[in-house]
Amino acid sequence: MSVAKPLPHDAARLHVTGQARYVDDMPLPANTLHLAFGLSTIARGRILAMDLAAVRAAPGVVTVLTAQDLPFANDVSPSAHDEPLLATGAVHYAGQPLFAVVAVSHLAARQAARLGRIDYAEETPILTIEEAMAANSRFEDGPRIYAKGDASAAIAAAPHRVEGRFEIGGQEHFYLEGQAALALPQEGGDMVVHSSTQHPTEVQHKVAEALGVPMHAVRVEIRRMGGGFGGKESQGNALAVACAVAALQTGRPCKMRYDRDDDMVITGKRHDFRIDYVAGFDGQGRLLGVDFVHYTRCGWAQDLSLPVADRAMLHADNAYLLEHARIESHRLKTNTQSATAFRGFGGPQGMVGIERVMDHIAHHLGRDPLAVRQVNYYADAVPPAGGAGGLSAPSVEMRSTPPEDIAGKKKQTTPYGMEVEDFILHAMTDKLAKAAGYHRRRQAVAEWNAANPVLKRGLALTPVKFGISFTLTHLNQAGALVHVYQDGSIHLNHGGTEMGQGLFQKVAQVAAARFGLDVSAVKITATDTGKVPNTSATAASSGTDLNGMAVKAACDTIRNRMAAHLAQLHQCAPDDVRFAAGKVCAGEARYSFAEAAQMAYAARVGLSATGFYATPKLEWDRIKGQGRPFFYFAYGAALTEVVIDTLTGENRILRADLLHDAGASLNPALDIGQIEGGYVQGAGWLTMEELVWDKAGHLKTHAPSTYKIPAISDRPAVFNVALWDGDNREETIYRSKAVGEPPLMLGISALMALSDAVAACGPSYPALDAPATPERILAAVNRVRDGV
Amino acid sequence: MDISFLLNGDSVVLRDISPTTTALDWLRETRGLTATKEGCNEGDCGACTVMVTDPDGTSRALNACILFLPQLDGRALRTVEGITGPDGALHPVQQAMIAHHGSQCGFCTPGFIAAMAVSHLNGETDHDTALAGNLCRCTGYAPIIRAAKAAEDAPVPDWISADRSFFLPEISAGGDERPASGTLQPRNADALATAYLANPEATLVAGATDVGLWVTKQMRDLGQVIFLNRCEDLARIEQSEDALTIGAGVTIAKLIPLMDGSHPSFAAMLRRYGSAQVRAAATIGGNIANGSPIGDGPPALIALGATLHLRQGDTRRSLPLEDFFLDYGKQDRRPGEFVESVTIPRQPDRLRCYKLSKRFDQDISAVCGCFNFTVENGRVSAARIAFGGMAGTPKRAAAVEAALTGQPWDEATVAKAMEAFAQDYTPLSDMRASARYRLETAANMLRRYYLEDQGHTTAIMEVQP
Repeated sequence: MSVAKPLPHDAARLHVTGQARYVDDMPLPANTLHLAFGLSTIARGRILAMDLAAVRAAPGVVTVLTAQDLPFANDVSPSAHDEPLLATGAVHYAGQPLFAVVAVSHLAARQAARLGRIDYAEETPILTIEEAMAANSRFEDGPRIYAKGDASAAIAAAPHRVEGRFEIGGQEHFYLEGQAALALPQEGGDMVVHSSTQHPTEVQHKVAEALGVPMHAVRVEIRRMGGGFGGKESQGNALAVACAVAALQTGRPCKMRYDRDDDMVITGKRHDFRIDYVAGFDGQGRLLGVDFVHYTRCGWAQDLSLPVADRAMLHADNAYLLEHARIESHRLKTNTQSATAFRGFGGPQGMVGIERVMDHIAHHLGRDPLAVRQVNYYADAVPPAGGAGGLSAPSVEMRSTPPEDIAGKKKQTTPYGMEVEDFILHAMTDKLAKAAGYHRRRQAVAEWNAANPVLKRGLALTPVKFGISFTLTHLNQAGALVHVYQDGSIHLNHGGTEMGQGLFQKVAQVAAARFGLDVSAVKITATDTGKVPNTSATAASSGTDLNGMAVKAACDTIRNRMAAHLAQLHQCAPDDVRFAAGKVCAGEARYSFAEAAQMAYAARVGLSATGFYATPKLEWDRIKGQGRPFFYFAYGAALTEVVIDTLTGENRILRADLLHDAGASLNPALDIGQIEGGYVQGAGWLTMEELVWDKAGHLKTHAPSTYKIPAISDRPAVFNVALWDGDNREETIYRSKAVGEPPLMLGISALMALSDAVAACGPSYPALDAPATPERILAAVNRVRDGV
Repeated sequence: MDISFLLNGDSVVLRDISPTTTALDWLRETRGLTATKEGCNEGDCGACTVMVTDPDGTSRALNACILFLPQLDGRALRTVEGITGPDGALHPVQQAMIAHHGSQCGFCTPGFIAAMAVSHLNGETDHDTALAGNLCRCTGYAPIIRAAKAAEDAPVPDWISADRSFFLPEISAGGDERPASGTLQPRNADALATAYLANPEATLVAGATDVGLWVTKQMRDLGQVIFLNRCEDLARIEQSEDALTIGAGVTIAKLIPLMDGSHPSFAAMLRRYGSAQVRAAATIGGNIANGSPIGDGPPALIALGATLHLRQGDTRRSLPLEDFFLDYGKQDRRPGEFVESVTIPRQPDRLRCYKLSKRFDQDISAVCGCFNFTVENGRVSAARIAFGGMAGTPKRAAAVEAALTGQPWDEATVAKAMEAFAQDYTPLSDMRASARYRLETAANMLRRYYLEDQGHTTAIMEVQP
């Protein structure tokens, strides 16, 4: 079968030869025009006058668009219609597009875009969480609150208590391919748009609104993105809409791609958070009550901030059974880039909050942080839903039993009332701790630290439990379109987009498996709103779950039609017609798949079908914070060891051991790629990746010269990655699990390992904020040494 | 101006080019060769990496986004289209990247392939160093390293080795200085001296790792440009018994092996200077002449007591390097005067260089401290300390040096001297570091120098997993 094989990415050969085509690589019609935005230079105020004479007069400029030139909707928001493509008078952040230059070349457009002379009436910007709270500048009327039990009473009654404040920085996506779009005007006012987007349907929708046409007049296509990570869920709308409007007005193809600095200045990033916490616990570290207040800096427009902040709340428990918990969430409106989706979608921020609490409790009690984590875990499902894979050869001995006081006695629920039925982290943690030598290495680190005054090592093992499904329930649907041609070759299309994650290959493996063919029989085609309509963004890790099932449905429709025909011909039951190893067997007859396809065609059997899938079991009330927002959870555990330099705070990841649950993996090679890459990206977020705004609200880290994502030497020197590899207890595509986002949170172990290393310097709790840059680490070392 | 070079094995002659057209834009927009990608347009991500071979047969990886076309004159350029064999055959690094799942989104991949192909050709196996300038956001790099290792022993394909012995009359013979479109490309230092004296407002371009960004990011019109890449005599290295003289045109890449023997800590720091692509283009003369307060070359050279040699027409003068840096953005350089070379006196190696940045590789220093002491009979007899990132110029720590000189080389002296940093420096706060952190770590670097001298391990890179 073609599933479960470690096949390379479908475009691997195209990637390495440079033939893989991205939007900016497409051959252009000769008369194509190029766009660039003129950007605001202040963070808040009103535009008094825009003098664009020099812009219009610049070499190569064909036209300049302002808000007044837009024929219909001036909005590129994915949610609240609060995001004008071009400013209408009010300036909301430094870097906001004010006008669009349309010129004969990319360079001419960029040059001219700097020549605008704007008079502003400046106002004092609201930049920080504190300023936003003071001004009550927020989205929604007040904070959202999810609660279970009585947290304040439980904390008050608890024998021990810690409290703290935790700052968590944002993160720039730094997809290697910047945002790009190309609009090609068609006859009769129709528009074809090539957009580097995770959400072609939304681009279609926004372009249609901007052009004042029905959605059927706009077709959006995307073969691949050069990285997305959430940064192309909504942030590509502006380029696509600007190009479409300019194309409509000029009648010429229009293309736009952001220069990297513009990309970083204009587009949204991961939300930064402040989390205040109070926790009450017993002498074992068992959490009796916990109170979190999340302060989320959303930026100037709503974008996807509400579901991001919701998901942070939904992951405030991570892997821990909380009987008394309260989570309050403030979604703050500031004069900064509108923070947006980023791999994990708030989940990582919520999760790192409780991991900080676990770390703090362990330090307070002087107990092993892993023991504190384990005593708080949910109970494993009985029997464990996970299989027996792991770091070494599969074995069946790893089925650990859950704590006796919980097992089988009552339902264990999250703070939002969802029963946790598939927990496997006891078994996973035991497996990882044993394989990676956690306890032995804790001892070795303590001894090493005692002998080294300047350098300190630290290690931490942290778990991940991540909820899979869009929390906006109606998004959990997908469609597919499959054709079988009369020569037996297959054309595959679905609503998911390829951004490097290997979705197209995994889904092609599904299609091939349904027909019993090798994956080479399946032609993967560009995502196209004209083939599959009303798609959801490829986001929330859901791409394979949703589109794999939709494709399966489409393939099975065709297969059943072919089987019915052959069954009739050979007087057997349709169920006895088998598709395997490139053959179709009906009774005594054996045909090649191509022969079977040809016969079906000749018999006038339809060989094209759509497929549709809607995730079952979901029921969620986001206002009450009650229900089942997720179909299932994906799990993982990571052990990271680091070393820090107490003279400068410089640090390095020495080793990482990861064990991750991808269910019954559709493609172990691609899944391991997601895990390795997710870990490094997560560790980067929490260590070296620092966004800095100045006091006037200008982003100072707007290029890779100043914003540092991990480089090759930042990967762990020793990097062991393994799949748990057990069936998903829920009925997903071949019992696999989503794997896009969850591994990012394995990187939390790097931050906790750094905290552990800092804690070796003195008596106090490190209270290490993120990103834990050398500067923050040195400051924490000083605090810990001084006993502050 | 007119230039000629080899592109993927074929001769290209370009006439009347705009001298600040980048190789990347030309490849993608004019030639339709889109394998080479634009990731950042400033030489920091490596997505545009190409292979460039000099007439002497040495091949380098360079960032095409900040490589002006005239810099290719007389050279052989190979892009990923030409790293792939003429019949579509894969290069061993391409095969390995497929086999080891080294690409995900694929956008950085051609840049990695070009950098890996250069390493493969040159037999380099320190992949962390060779690939530090290639950013990947998808893979976490592990599979890329596996691929690079797997391809190490495969033979170099013949279509690649062909570039090592190229000779095309219209390329290698070279033409005149060909002044055109306000652009000059002198063939030696004398010609440069004459040209620059006649055009003192001209912009000198050596590696373009800094000037490139004036064009791609600041959108500046450079006006008259003088390219230095054909002044081979500026790239000379002269070694004598008592000094090492390094021509201004010597690249950082070529400086590293020179320093490996005499001052290994300097060499180790230079391995973190930019990336392989940047070091292969950037020159030590450019690093000095641009006067940046955060360049990594000057603090080390100042600590070594280097002398700078300047030339204006036929007039030459020399001065201690630290005296060249007058103030932020201001150097002791006269109109039409250029950096010709820098001399390092021979000395026992006591130099230690400490580069501090958010990211270990390919990051601009928040603080760069260079220490060079002479200790005789347990006392500090001479101390030269210079820092980058602590003032508006690369600057010596006069008060710290004074607090050390003549004192016993012990913990008490170190502690006292650490307090003197505040007299020498009042650093800035910026996106790289706060003033307070800079001052604290600068002083701690002195402690590190002392501890290392006492035999302690203080470097995280020395710790084994």
